[in-house]
Amino acid sequence: MSDTDAQRRQFLKTSLGAAAVAIAPGMLLFETARGNTEAASSKVRWGMLIDTAQCTQGCNDCVTACNKENGLSGGTAPTDSQWIRKIDLKDISSGHELSLPMMCQHCAEPPCVDVCPTAASFKRADGIVLVDRHRCIGCRYCMMACPYKARSFVHEPLTDQKPDVPRGKGTVESCTLCVQRIDKGQQPACAEACKNKAILFGNLNDENSEIAKKVRSVVSVQVRADLQLNTGIRYQGL
Amino acid sequence: MADLTALRFKNRLFYVLLAAGGLVALAGLYAVHMMESHGHIITGMNNQIVWGMPHVFAIFLIVAASGVLNVASIGSVFGKSIYKARAPLASLLSIAMLAGGLTVLMLDLGRPDRVIVAATNYNPTSVFAWNVLLYSGMFTLVALYLWTMMERRMNPWSKPAGLAVFAWRFILTTGTGLIFAFLTARQAYGSAILPPMFIVLSFAWGLAVFHVVQKVIYTWNEKTLDPAILQRTRNLLGVFVIGALYMVATYHLTNLYFAHRTGFEHFILVDGGIYPNLFWWGYVVFGNLVPLLLIYFPGLGKSTCVLVASLLVILGAFVLLYVFIIGGQAYPLDIFPGYQVSSTFGDGQIAIYHPSIYEFLLGFGGLAIAFIITTVSVRVLNFMPNDKPYIPD
Repeated sequence: MSDTDAQRRQFLKTSLGAAAVAIAPGMLLFETARGNTEAASSKVRWGMLIDTAQCTQGCNDCVTACNKENGLSGGTAPTDSQWIRKIDLKDISSGHELSLPMMCQHCAEPPCVDVCPTAASFKRADGIVLVDRHRCIGCRYCMMACPYKARSFVHEPLTDQKPDVPRGKGTVESCTLCVQRIDKGQQPACAEACKNKAILFGNLNDENSEIAKKVRSVVSVQVRADLQLNTGIRYQGL
Repeated sequence: MADLTALRFKNRLFYVLLAAGGLVALAGLYAVHMMESHGHIITGMNNQIVWGMPHVFAIFLIVAASGVLNVASIGSVFGKSIYKARAPLASLLSIAMLAGGLTVLMLDLGRPDRVIVAATNYNPTSVFAWNVLLYSGMFTLVALYLWTMMERRMNPWSKPAGLAVFAWRFILTTGTGLIFAFLTARQAYGSAILPPMFIVLSFAWGLAVFHVVQKVIYTWNEKTLDPAILQRTRNLLGVFVIGALYMVATYHLTNLYFAHRTGFEHFILVDGGIYPNLFWWGYVVFGNLVPLLLIYFPGLGKSTCVLVASLLVILGAFVLLYVFIIGGQAYPLDIFPGYQVSSTFGDGQIAIYHPSIYEFLLGFGGLAIAFIITTVSVRVLNFMPNDKPYIPD
């Protein structure tokens, strides 16, 4: 090896070392800024079991908590967004009355995802159905397709949005199962706010979880089970 | 000298028509600007009626754009000379209406500025995404077809191009029907009969539009349509109207047969307020029975009668689409069968919808675009049906 070659090698080594020293702090900062980058796992299936016997007629705590957590106005005009609503039911034949919260059912086979032309409606690996607000063109086909009327269209410009919950005029939105809380290891706001513990949240795929145990031991139904959408939200006592 | 005066009058008329069409299109643009600035809050649409008046206009234009090609198909595919002579005009109308309909559809989006996203992010399971391909394919094929007809050297390719258009428009209208046919959860839709129903409807609506435009072009050129030709195309319109009425009747009878959909049918046909009135009076009586009378009643069926019949068929089309699209959403979704339901989100209630002026302006803007394209094209190129004896059958 000639002297020139040795010098060249030395130069390259020094340059690489200098580059690494220059970039390293930036990379560290980048990693810190990105926060938790762990992807949603398909081993998890987030779901809820709603016990209608515990849900009180007139109680709106879950709705209020959802509005507060996600920055919704709480208005109930036909053009206002409602991610969760209380439904009062009366059995036509028996007259039996009950009340329950209704939201996106986070289907395993979501019709909204099927019909969305731009794939803005999508299902995470852990079963949470979301809308990518940057990709939604506002065609509202998902609203036509949803059997649960769970989606809202943003009819007006929005102000004072929550940093964790991006929303936008002209796009469609629905219950995210408080994905921003779930990813931090917390419960959805509605489940946490329910005084009567009518909403049990957890991982349906973990056989040792409280929700999985209860789903095994009590009779629960899916709303419009005839559509075979395999919903993540189950109801007890319906 | 007299001829020159007539020419000047025609010239002035052309610019007046162009200005009128342009003004309506501008009004449509103003509506879009307002909807963009304020959001859909200024329309009558809400979270229960998510597709409103713009969809009525857009779907009419798209379905009629496909149906008007029937005239061309009878010429190219079946070799009928009187229809062959009308194929260029039919193709032009198809392109014009498709452009108008798609403009309305695109500008009614919540985020029309993101329409490029629809072209770059493609969900293969979405019927809307299929339609992006179907519509752009239709434009291309019809433009090619026009080229083969109007450029003499390309004439030998006219028949295969006509065949391709014939097949494509069937698939396209099937796609339009499928938008609703795949919505299984809604009582109004979710029926396999919808795609063929839309195809038969397109025949009637397209031919009605063709009759109106043809009448105007003949008047403009101070010519009279051969009564024998009028009789053939008039009879065809009658047959298509009967066919369309049959398909709509079958759709409602099919729904009535399903026990869980009788509530919806009762709403649309009997006690749903404006919807049964529009359906029976607007669609059945004025959109079908009166036109049939004008076409077939002895002593009637003259040029003006056919024009009025065609206009009524078009009016009936708008009424039917209003009942189908708006009425179909107004009836509450049956989420909990067997229960009486109430909530703050309109569950269990008939949804209210009052279309706003902006929706109408947008819709008329779409019609104006179709009008401008047609008016300019028939002036600069020869789209006048040319019935000459040497055209082979």
